[in-house]
Amino acid sequence: MSIHPDQTQPDASAASRPARPAPRSSSAIDLAIRYGFLALLLGLVIFFSVFANGFAGPRSAVFIFQSVAITGILALGVTCTLVVGGFDLSIGSVATSSMMLSAYMMVVLEQSAFVAIIACLAMGAFIGLINGLLIVKTKIPDLLATLGMMFLLVGLQRIPTEGRSIAVGMTLPDGSTAEGAFSPLFLSLGRHRFDFMLENLLPAPVIFLIVIGILVWGFLELTRHGRLMYAIGSNERAASLTGTNVNNYKIMAYMISGVLASVGGMLLAARLGRGDIASGTNLLLDAVAAALIGFAVLGAAKPNAFGTAMGALFVGILLQGLTMMNAPYYTQDFIKGFVLVLALIFTFSLSARKAGSH
Amino acid sequence: MTETLCDLVGVEKSFGDNRVLKGLNLSLPAGAVTVLMGANGAGKSTLVKILSGVHALDSGSVTLVGKPFRPSNPAEAIRAGVVTVHQNINDGVIPDLDVASNLLIDRMAEPGYGFVLKRRQNNAEAERIASQMGLALNVRQPVSELGIADRQLIAIARAMAHNPQLLILDEPTSSLSASEAERLFALVERLSAKGVAVLYISHRMSDIRRIADRIVSMRDGEISGVFEGETLDYEGAVNAMLGHQMTDADIRIGERGKQVLDVSALKLLPRSRPLDLKLAENEVVAVTGLLGSGKTALAQCLFGLGQPESGSMKLDGTHYAPSSPKAAIARGVFMSPKDRANNAVIADFNLTRNITLPFLSRYSRLSFVNRRKERETADTMIRDLSVVCQGEADGINTLSGGNQQKIMLARWLAEECRLLLLDEPFQGVDIRARRDIGRKIRETAANRATLVFVSELDEALEVADRIVVMTEHSITAEFINQNVDLNEILTAVTGSAPEQAGQPEEAAFA
Repeated sequence: MSIHPDQTQPDASAASRPARPAPRSSSAIDLAIRYGFLALLLGLVIFFSVFANGFAGPRSAVFIFQSVAITGILALGVTCTLVVGGFDLSIGSVATSSMMLSAYMMVVLEQSAFVAIIACLAMGAFIGLINGLLIVKTKIPDLLATLGMMFLLVGLQRIPTEGRSIAVGMTLPDGSTAEGAFSPLFLSLGRHRFDFMLENLLPAPVIFLIVIGILVWGFLELTRHGRLMYAIGSNERAASLTGTNVNNYKIMAYMISGVLASVGGMLLAARLGRGDIASGTNLLLDAVAAALIGFAVLGAAKPNAFGTAMGALFVGILLQGLTMMNAPYYTQDFIKGFVLVLALIFTFSLSARKAGSH
Repeated sequence: MTETLCDLVGVEKSFGDNRVLKGLNLSLPAGAVTVLMGANGAGKSTLVKILSGVHALDSGSVTLVGKPFRPSNPAEAIRAGVVTVHQNINDGVIPDLDVASNLLIDRMAEPGYGFVLKRRQNNAEAERIASQMGLALNVRQPVSELGIADRQLIAIARAMAHNPQLLILDEPTSSLSASEAERLFALVERLSAKGVAVLYISHRMSDIRRIADRIVSMRDGEISGVFEGETLDYEGAVNAMLGHQMTDADIRIGERGKQVLDVSALKLLPRSRPLDLKLAENEVVAVTGLLGSGKTALAQCLFGLGQPESGSMKLDGTHYAPSSPKAAIARGVFMSPKDRANNAVIADFNLTRNITLPFLSRYSRLSFVNRRKERETADTMIRDLSVVCQGEADGINTLSGGNQQKIMLARWLAEECRLLLLDEPFQGVDIRARRDIGRKIRETAANRATLVFVSELDEALEVADRIVVMTEHSITAEFINQNVDLNEILTAVTGSAPEQAGQPEEAAFA
């Protein structure tokens, strides 16, 4: 199967080990699979630094991070469901529901930021639980169950305000005026900037993305729960025959996804300062794209937290760079789709070729 | 006897390093039902796939009615007159379509059929085919409303519409009741009388006694025996299939330790006879029996995958009725399931992660996995079992079947247990790995009871202190593995009674 037979990679420790009839596949392909995507990312950064004025610099970098923070958090959630062999289409609508709920709690019900946050997190966990139960108990295929949930939430979030956005001082359906306001603490979640190298450099959502990214990465890579979730995704039956409670782990994955989506929604509300029914339409597709692009990073060919973060970053860099080079806004979705298809080809054809040696 | 219809000479087929067919010679006479017997992995399905055009052979030749036969795809095989009805009925019919469409589906797939569906013409044609086959069915009924037997008969009827010269039936009765099977037999006899050569693959002795004109046994990719004539030697055929080139199995039966498992009056199925089984420490017991004899059901009962109809089990003197594999493992009952690709191997994981999967909590503190500790275990197990690999970080699928199986064994040997269940641990394993695995099972058996489920007698003789024979979901014989009379075991395995209505097969847990 070796396509470049002259490039067999000498493995330092191979000599001491028993020889195997089939040598490892050629190193060129291995390298392409492992580092191709990161090399592309680096190439992109260099390209824009040279050709796009003002691209290279902390402000621009932070802008990129900020633009991908919320989708990145959602993508990390969907990564968890992909790990157990599932899929969560409801994350976008969970996020927008959470945005509406936090605004409703504070503006209409005049609750504190703390209560609003708890309510949103609880809602995310609850929706994840329902998704999980629909999938493991009623055996609805994951795509359909979460698609149904998506529609349900898209409709539900509009009912309390009769389809209107929530803003401070809005007129309520009964004719009265909303008395509450967003708490400054809550707004700072989306707007505060920390000093880092430069004054007011790092926006809070970026910190959230980094912290959540590290947590999800650690959970999936370092803990036994993450390991078992990967086992379920690879061979569910084998995992259950080794005593793993497959259903519990699947439900947990959807709950993580729901909670992270609700965090994303709150950050969106805090940044916008209103519950805007028109925002967040792109969240689902962008997050899913980031998670799927993540398959290609380091040749993982499977969902992984680091890859997801890189995938989100990749899209962010590409869009920011093109914007700075005056590419029109309406080409953005096309570019995202193109990158996704490219990454998928990369993952599935190259990795399949690698795996095909057996 | 009549002239030979299909002749296979020196047929070879390998998948990678695995030589599945090793110069196989077989001739199939017209107008006779040839039963093909062979244990798992003997190469039966590969042979069927070569004849039906799914696989191409590596070397050797196949002649059909005097002409060379080398189909490059299934459609070509069918046009040449070789028609196959596969084991899984649901591969054979499309439940959402009606009977007529199912009978004519392959005709519709042909290029000359035209664009528009000719419903009236189809129905008339379908009725003609059905009546020829003696099928009394409404051709407009959706297949999803029909029983399994009717679906099977439809698949066969469609096959017959091509006027085949060779009909291959792969385990056709495995999901049929006795009366349904009888309908099938009548059909097969009718076809055979018309001069069709029938290759009938089955393990069920009752079927074989009923239908076989001749029996061909297959073993390790070769024909190991051909039995024909007025009275067929059934035991000889089973013997040839299971084989007993008595390897140097020097089983030294050790001292039986403390009793571990006590199964009493266990009924696996409502109508099966209750069975008793006692297992002690330092004892390896092999359970053997033909396909569908209840071996799997027993293993699943013991591992919490199925519940018995009645009876009781005791483990170390206390009540034992696991409700799930998790519960069984918690009591120290481990099982390495059969069919490792589907039931055991985590393809995405490396060797270490495959080994440590069931007992990850032992390698983790506060849920964080200690990778060094699990690598140490894996390295030890790989060395102990002499797994051929580059290292513990190899992907599991880079290993050969035998070495994969060793890893699956290592998974369960890495921790102490009370009862180790090994379901077909030698499946798809070469002879050397098989020896290694057998030796390891015996070496480690001192502090636990071990129950090995095997369908090949050889394997039982190589590994066990005691051999228990199952037929019809019950234990019918037991042998101490010392100067054991092979013929007695064979008689027990084939069972003396050729009969009984409504084999309980369909109730066996999946």
